[in-house]
Parts: sequence; C-alpha cells; structure tokens
Amino acid sequence: MDFNDTPEEAAFRKEAIEWLEANAERLAPGKRRQSGIAGTGELMKAAKAWQAKKADSKWACITWPEEFGGRSASSMQRVIFNEEEAKFDVPPNLFGIGQGMLGPTIMAHGTPEQKDRYLEPMLRADEVWCQLFSEPSAGSDLAGLRTTAVQDGDEWVVNGQKIWTTGAQESDWGMIVTRTDPTAKKHAGITYFIVDMKSPGIEVRPIHQINDSREFNEVFFSDVRIPDKNRVGAVNDGWRGAITTLMNERASIGSGGSMGVGIKDLLKLARETEWNGRPAIEDPSVREKIADFYWKLKGLEYTGYRALTSLSKGATPGPENSIGKMVGAPLRQDLAAFAMELQGAAGATNDPGDTPFGGAFQQSWLGSPGLRLAGGTDEILHNILAERVLGLPGEIRADKGLAFQDIPTGSAR
Amino acid sequence: MNFDFSEEQKLLQQTARDYLTEHCTLEVGRAVLEGGGTHSESLWKGVAEMGWLGAAVPEEYGGAGFGRLELALIAQELGRALAPIPFGPSVYLATEAVLEFGSDEQRKKYLPRLASGDLIGTFAFAEGPGRVGADAVATKFDGSTLTGTKFPVADGGIAGLAVVVAQGASGPQLVLAELDGVKSDTITSIDPSRGQARLHFEGTAAEALGSGGAAAISHLLDRAAVLTAFEQIGGAERALDETKAFTMGRYAFGRPVASFQAMKHRMADVYAAIQLATSNAYYGAWALSTGDDELATAACGTRVAACEAYDLAGKEIIQMHGGVGFTWEYDCHLFYRRAKLLSLSLGTPGEWRDKLIDRLEA
Ligand SMILES: Cc1cc2nc3c(=O)[nH]c(=O)nc-3n(C[C@H](O)[C@H](O)[C@H](O)COP(=O)(O)OP(=O)(O)OC[C@H]3O[C@@H](n4cnc5c(N)ncnc54)[C@H](O)[C@@H]3O)c2cc1C
Repeated sequence: MDFNDTPEEAAFRKEAIEWLEANAERLAPGKRRQSGIAGTGELMKAAKAWQAKKADSKWACITWPEEFGGRSASSMQRVIFNEEEAKFDVPPNLFGIGQGMLGPTIMAHGTPEQKDRYLEPMLRADEVWCQLFSEPSAGSDLAGLRTTAVQDGDEWVVNGQKIWTTGAQESDWGMIVTRTDPTAKKHAGITYFIVDMKSPGIEVRPIHQINDSREFNEVFFSDVRIPDKNRVGAVNDGWRGAITTLMNERASIGSGGSMGVGIKDLLKLARETEWNGRPAIEDPSVREKIADFYWKLKGLEYTGYRALTSLSKGATPGPENSIGKMVGAPLRQDLAAFAMELQGAAGATNDPGDTPFGGAFQQSWLGSPGLRLAGGTDEILHNILAERVLGLPGEIRADKGLAFQDIPTGSAR
Repeated sequence: MNFDFSEEQKLLQQTARDYLTEHCTLEVGRAVLEGGGTHSESLWKGVAEMGWLGAAVPEEYGGAGFGRLELALIAQELGRALAPIPFGPSVYLATEAVLEFGSDEQRKKYLPRLASGDLIGTFAFAEGPGRVGADAVATKFDGSTLTGTKFPVADGGIAGLAVVVAQGASGPQLVLAELDGVKSDTITSIDPSRGQARLHFEGTAAEALGSGGAAAISHLLDRAAVLTAFEQIGGAERALDETKAFTMGRYAFGRPVASFQAMKHRMADVYAAIQLATSNAYYGAWALSTGDDELATAACGTRVAACEAYDLAGKEIIQMHGGVGFTWEYDCHLFYRRAKLLSLSLGTPGEWRDKLIDRLEA
C-alpha cells in the first residue's frame, strides 16, 4: 500500500505540470474556476478553445486509445492530469457526455467509418454531442422508450419525443435509441443511431430548471431521416450499445460530481460565521455535523482510489462504482443545506455580493436534486448495488415476456 | 499510488480466515458468552502459535516481524470471526504502547511475553460513566506507584500487565503496571464474550512508559483506532453476509424477503457504509504503516466511519431477521453486542468527531 506517486506516476505528473505551466495560468489563491454550466455561449467558446489546445498536444481524452487521438493513458494518469489541471485557471470540460460516454460506445460498437468520421472531432470538441435516451414514458425504465424508427430504403425515419436532453441546443450530433420492432419483447426491438442534430424535423425546446438554468431540453422528432450508415450495432440490437453507454455514464459521474464547494469551504464558513458572537465552529452540533461530512466525503474519495487501483491491475469498472453517486449526490445536497443553515436567515439569500462564497452553497443546493436524478435515481442505484453487487433477487417484472406493444404504460405529460 | 494490500498480505489474510473458520465458529464465542468465562483459552493459544500476537513485534523481541498492514488484516479476520479473546487490548494497546514508547529494557522484558501470549496486556483509561479526557483522570502516579480506580478495563480480570493513563508530576502520562496482586472486580458486560473489570490501584508499583505525556496518549489511541477499525469492518461484513443469506432463504408473500426493495435498499446502505469505512481504514492503515503525519486526522475519520458501519450492521441484522433475530439462539445479538462494545471502547464516536475538528482546525 502506497499513497504516493510511483516513479512513473511522478514522471507523468511532471510532464503534465510542465505542459500546463506553458499553456495556462495558475489559479490565483482564493480564486475559483468557473463552474461547468453548459449552454452559456461565452463559456462554451472558451471551453472549445481549451479543448482544441489540449488536443493539439495530445492532452485531450488521454485515456482514449492512440489510434483515436488519445494516448492510451491509464485511469490513474487521467486522475493525475485532472488534479493538476484543476490548479489552473482554465474553462471546465463541457463535453463529458460525448467524450466519456458516447465516444466509448462508438469505439465498442461503431463501424470503422463511424470511428473515423466522429471520434476525432469529438475529442477536439469541434463537434459537440448529446445523449437522446430519456423519454416522457421512459426514464428509469429506459427500455420502455417509444420513439420509432422505420426503415425506408437506405434511410430510417424517426418520430417521437426525447426529454431531459442535456446540451441538445449546443450539440452537433446526438446518440439516439429508438423502437424498431414493437412486436418484439421490450429490450429486443431497440436500435441505436447517430443523428445529425441539424437534420430537418428536429425541434429542440429548452426546459427551465429549478436552478434557473436551461441546460436540458425536450427534443421533438418529426419524420427525421437518418442514413443507415449511422446505425450503431445491428438492427434491434441497440440495447447492447445502450448498456455500454450507461456503464460508462456510471463510471464517469461516479464521484457524484463536484458541485464547486466542498469540505474546506464548509470549514471556512463555520470559522467565519458568528453564532451569538462566537465562531460557529465552536458549537458542538456544528463540529459533529462537519465531522460526519468529512469522513463520508473522504470515504468516497478513497473508495475512488481503491477502484482506480483495481483498474490499474486490469479489472474492468463494475457496478460497485455506483456507490459514488448513490452516496455522494445526497451528501452534497445535505452539505449545501447545512451550510445555508449555518448562515441563519441570510442563508435564504444568494446575491453573489452579499452571500458567502458568492452564493455557491445556495447554487449547489439548487443543483443537487438534479445530481440525484441524472444517470440513475437514488432508488435505481440502490437496486444496482443490491442486485449486481450483493446478488439479491431482481425486481418482480410485470412486463416480463410481453411484446412491447402489449405492455401497459402511464405517464402524465 | 497503490491503494491496496499486496498479494502476500492478502494471502496472509486468507490464511487467517481459513484458520478462524476452522477454529473460531460463532459457537466458540457463544460458549464464552454462555459459560461465564472470560475468553477462549484454546483460541488464545492457537492465535499465539500462529504468531498473530506478535505480528508487528520485531523478531529480536520474539515477534513475527510483520508490519501494521499485516496486523490490520489479521484484525479484520478476528473481527469477522467475533473472536472471544483479549486481542485488541493486548495487541493494539499494550503491545503497541511498549513498542512505541518503551525503553529497551521494558521492550525486552515485556514484548516476548506479550507476543507469546503468556502475558495478557490491557489499557486502563476510563474511570466510570461520562467522558474523561486525559487531563481529567484522577488516578495518580508518583513516579513509582499508582493510586486510583479504573473502570471499565477490558479484560482487566485476566490481564497481567496494564498500560495506565494517570496524572504524573507534569500532567497525564502513560504508566506501566504489572497486575499481580492488584485487586479487581468483575463487571458484567453488554458483550459477555469479552470480560470487563474494575481495577483498584492502591500504591501499586508502576513505572513510567516513555515521556510523551498527553501527546503520547492520543497517538496510542490513534494507532489503536485504526487497527480496531479493521476488526469492526470484519464484523460488519460478516453481519451483512449473514443477513443476506438469511433473507434469501426466508419467504413471505410467496417471495424471499431479500427480494423486497425496502430490504434490498437497506442492505445496499449497509454495504455503502462498510465501503466508506473500509476506504477510510485503508488510508488510516497507510498512514499508520508509514508513520505519516496524516495519521492524526486519518485515525479520526477511520474511527467514526468504522463505528458507524458496524453499529448500523449490528442493528440491521436483528431487524432483517425478524422475530428470530431477537432470540438468544440466533447469532444476531452477537454482532449487536460486539459492535457497541467496540464503539464504546477507545472513546466514543462523538469524542472522535470532536477531535477530528480540533485537528482539522489546528
Ligand atoms: C440534470 C439532469 C440531466 C439529465 N440529462 C439527460 C441526458 O442528457 N440525456 C438523457 O437521456 N436523460 C437525461 N436525464 C434524464 C434522467 O436520466 C432521468 O430523469 C432519470 O433516469 C429518471 O427518470 P424519470 O425522470 O423518468 O423518473 P421516473 O423513472 O419516472 O422516476 C420517478 C420516481 O420513481 C422511482 N422509480 C422508478 N423506477 C423504480 C424502481 N424500479 N424502483 C424504485 N423506484 C423507482 C424513481 O426513483 C423516482 O423516484 C437528465 C436528468 C437530469 C435531472
């Protein structure tokens, strides 16, 4: 057991630091990086420029195989690069859905032509991608999707609606799962495609979120034509590709995401906030709460390191990684709520000028319910751990053995 | 970074597990619990023969000369087996104290006997209900004798050597006292497979153990907290395994009760708590084994996480068994008892939370 860098890791870290020093400014003390809200034009431009700069020196998507523009780096090296990059004043990566989830799906199931055409521009962020999975009637039960694709010669004609599509308004391409055989069983009649988001018949309508941004969208498809060469995997075998995407999604959002504020900020807040004339940190109830946030967050961080260690010994990322989001997302919500409580009545304000940390805790509190939903709800993650890690029985399925068209659905629209 | 135990270390762990599977079924603990004994003497002998009592003791003092990482994995297996022996007090506290702070003479005198199991060691800190910091202990040490009452002292009735926290001339310090002739009363315990006693020091001959004062006391507790955490994690893992096995075979409404989502989700929560504890404990073990300064904060996180995980598993195992879980015959209560016993030893989780913030703010 050794917590320090191995000689190879240290050499890699040095190389990363040297490149970053030469190409970016270090974050000034006390300054924080812009947080990653997609869909804001200026930030997107800056993020694309930084991504292209990284790509030119092979520092983009470093875990991708060399043949696709990466450097076949290990997950450990990716963590090292991210650690060092976080110390610089650079834009956030807004391309995680494509690079982390959809790219690996194309690598696993795409044709040679698809890999050739799409992966490099994805890596450089010359082209931005979105994931068109969820529908009004198909969320947790994703295989209940009803958007149809009907073959017409060399093309497929798509009709239906997707929802909650993050970044659809900024995207050039989307990965879409469709129903191609309603008479087959639920998982057996699905086909997976790459779709040009500029195609006639696609309408993207941003949805107003509880945190006031408009990152996700409804996407409507009316007679949208997709060439058959954009099909990923065999006809009616799309569920297999969808699973690859979801597996990568779980691995890439494993840690529950950083919401910009963490335990250090909480400690600082408790030190600087007065309760009856004394620093709140002196209050036993405050100490107890913060101590609990501390060991839980550290536990998640070190769990991530354990997972990395087993990856570096050749294991594949498994369902046990769901613990990061299952524990981490509600924890971030609780931490933000507690930080607001520390502020007393003023916790209700989020005016950047008047609120500690520019209102970052309030922002985290408003965003964290979404973290608990995106990429699998709390309940779904509990099911995954219980069934796939602990080996407990699967859910009773009312739809077992039925053709898709005979399965009852209900969805308030 | 390599955040895992080595193959050799895991092999040693497997050996320990195999040995305990054979020699320490839950029946062994139950026999002590029901028989009114203090511990299983045959298991104590066996464990000594395996070299585990001296796992971290250098060979020159009669030990096996492994490191703390190996000791941690042995602790995890002893926890999994709910071993009814005075291992923790003797090894993580008394032996560690002599190793860390003892003079060469003290090491030569005591370590070989501790490592062979001829001498059982313990740690005497508490002096009755309530939280007592080192500064507030009343037991006095005048340089050569000890006076005061300590309780509860784990395995105090069978130990031959105690590391005692007492007030010396310049504040609290660690003191070493042989217990031959020291008056002790047995106190009943929530976990009768592990004895507790009250020790009366009445001008008992004793000697200083190092010169570290309060800092040495908290350092010793940090070390013991990390090693104990592995024992707690082993116990929690076993409780979850037992729960899983039982609920898969128990049917209600035509289904195994393990198939109900409310049950599955609770087991997933126990699993998550164990993982968080394990990860904290790995970090603690790394800091312990390398002598890193991080040990002070790592021990706090490790301690709280391990107490939380085992207490949760100990509670849930009874509820998920239903009525049989509350019976003497079923083993659930063994875990419930041991989990609480361990989380009340070494200072409660609440005290460690407080200490954690002190250390983060230092
Ligand atoms: C911020 C954000 C970004 C997103 N981005 C994308 C995106 O880019 N692309 C995309 O395709 N989707 C995206 N999603 C959609 C997301 O994947 C779904 O919201 C999520 O899977 C839940 O589906 P649902 O909203 O239909 O809720 P439902 O599935 O209707 O769930 C309602 C409730 O029922 C519970 N429930 C459902 N099934 C079970 C079960 N078997 N056992 C117990 N409880 C159950 C759920 O836990 C939940 O509490 C995004 C969502 C959010 C919030």
